[in-house]
Amino acid sequence: MRTVLLREIDPEGKEWVRFAHAQSRFLDPDDIIVNLIALKMLFGDRGKFVGMVLGLTFAALVMTQQPSIFIGLMTRTYAAIGDVPTADVWVMDPGVQYVEESKPLRDTDLARVRGVAGVTWAVPLYKGIINAKLPDGQTKAIILTGLDDATLIGGPPALIEGRLADLRRADAIIVDREAAENRLRYVGPDGEERSLKVGDEIEINDNRATVVGIGVSTRDFILVPKAFTTYSRAIDFAPPQRRQLTYVLAKGQDGEHPSTLARRIEAQTGLKALTSPEFEQLTLDYWMTNTGIPINFGVSVLLGFLVGAAVAGQSFYNFVRENLVHYAVLKAMGLRSGILVRMVLLQALIVGAIGYGIGVGLTALFGAFMRDTVLAFRMPPALLAFAGVGVLVIVLLSALLAIRAVLRMDPAVVFRG
Amino acid sequence: MSTLQTGRAADAAAPAVRCRELTKSFTGAGATVHALRGIDLDVPRGGMTMLVGPSGCGKTTLISVIAGILTPDAGECMVLGTELSTLQGQRLLDFRGRSIGFIFQQFHLVPTLTAIENVTIPLIINGTPRSRARAAAAEIIAEVGLADRSRELPGVLSGGEQQRVAIARALVHSPALVVCDEPTSALDHESGQMIMTLLRRFVSLRQATIIIVTHDDRILPFADRIARMDDGRIVGIDTEATAGGQR
Repeated sequence: MRTVLLREIDPEGKEWVRFAHAQSRFLDPDDIIVNLIALKMLFGDRGKFVGMVLGLTFAALVMTQQPSIFIGLMTRTYAAIGDVPTADVWVMDPGVQYVEESKPLRDTDLARVRGVAGVTWAVPLYKGIINAKLPDGQTKAIILTGLDDATLIGGPPALIEGRLADLRRADAIIVDREAAENRLRYVGPDGEERSLKVGDEIEINDNRATVVGIGVSTRDFILVPKAFTTYSRAIDFAPPQRRQLTYVLAKGQDGEHPSTLARRIEAQTGLKALTSPEFEQLTLDYWMTNTGIPINFGVSVLLGFLVGAAVAGQSFYNFVRENLVHYAVLKAMGLRSGILVRMVLLQALIVGAIGYGIGVGLTALFGAFMRDTVLAFRMPPALLAFAGVGVLVIVLLSALLAIRAVLRMDPAVVFRG
Repeated sequence: MSTLQTGRAADAAAPAVRCRELTKSFTGAGATVHALRGIDLDVPRGGMTMLVGPSGCGKTTLISVIAGILTPDAGECMVLGTELSTLQGQRLLDFRGRSIGFIFQQFHLVPTLTAIENVTIPLIINGTPRSRARAAAAEIIAEVGLADRSRELPGVLSGGEQQRVAIARALVHSPALVVCDEPTSALDHESGQMIMTLLRRFVSLRQATIIIVTHDDRILPFADRIARMDDGRIVGIDTEATAGGQR
């Protein structure tokens, strides 16, 4: 309800002016005419509209694309942990800070873990970087994973050639597909470069190894070629060391919470025992705090935000400034300042939504094109929310500046030529 | 709908605008400009009054005060029976929206709205339902001779056509008072004469009061009264300038 002045002329020709209550259409939530005027003003100025949208698109693109790559990269740092979903708990030397770090345990630690109450099974896992000699004589460093001989737990999640059980054959190894097709390519006797394939023989630390399968594991951060064999053969391949056991993988009994089991293993063995999520977080924290990657990406995102904010904010502010006289005319005609503010806000939000949508869409397209490539990319919903908040901040700041101009404008400007 | 204040009759014979001792000053850059220095002015209802005078004499300031856009420093300004100083905020906006129409030198049509959409704006501001606003706008656009161009954007209309749209916009909600700032100065002679003829016709048909600020001597014959200003004061009222033949 609002109070209005009504002018009426009675049959005798006398004019009456009175105050009355009337339902204001502008207070009706479904009234869209003023909104349509605001949108027509916005879309009508195509040059400025495109400029504003481009600025916000750029901001949204940078705020999602760069972090998506960053998150993708960071996710890869703990990919090896996720590839062993059957293990509830990873047991390791207390000094281990990330999954690729090798600080071997004593062989007897396996038995100690198996002796902890609540452990259904515990198996050894070897991880080490060893030199491999390809058929053409090239030498490459590989990450060799040694799986428990009996259960073969810890192998690649999928195989495109061969079977995991083939690892029990003499000298058998399984090579990761990405490594076989790229970093372990070699030049054959005919002079043609080719992928490593089933049946090929290589040397690992001067020991013969025969490829019996091609596996598919999640890309990791280090990008060293991966190969798998049995634990005992891995120990044979590896340079002699007093301690060889890298991890003990443990499974809890039904109903046993992994973190409870991990704490119990720690208490009884004095080793570090982490659930898979805890180990992933430990690895992630290591890379986050010990490399410049977060800062580099953070700077990119900040620059994108600032450039997008500057371009979009300036364009929007100019757009409103140039329309100031029209807002003044509307105000002179009786339009409330609150509605003018609503118009500006609507324009800002619409531009923001379009820019955000296009920017996020472009990032999603980028991610789709980069799928199954070496480029890391992961766009979780939280990132979309982050970019949404970023774009919202830009448009609201722009709108606030513009609204300030609208509210402070001298309505008498309408009479100036 | 309930009446809050009744019986405040505005006698049809009383002036549409009655200004007494109006003063208005502007301060800027260390100097104070006295735009209005005690204006006394009565504008009768239903006629066309023109404010003339040299640049900077206070004409635009005076119609801004009369239109409720500027607040005077002192004095009284009774418009359509209502003392403007008694209206604040929303009530002033409502009064302006319902009772006053505006015509500007530079037309000030929203360039991204079509002619008919521009004309509907005052009705929308006053809460007229969309369909009725559209119908009323179409009707008055036809009256100003632009029925076939009602869906054009202002940018493709000539200056005269744009001013006719502006006139339609100023009159579509049947305001009792229309204030015009140099309505013909951006137009050629022929278009200016057409605009003034149109305004005169609307004065007669709608019994509106029109106040025009102008430098254009060629339109003075259309006036019922001419108020001459100089240095922030009314220096003369000419009621013999009416050129009946132009009506």
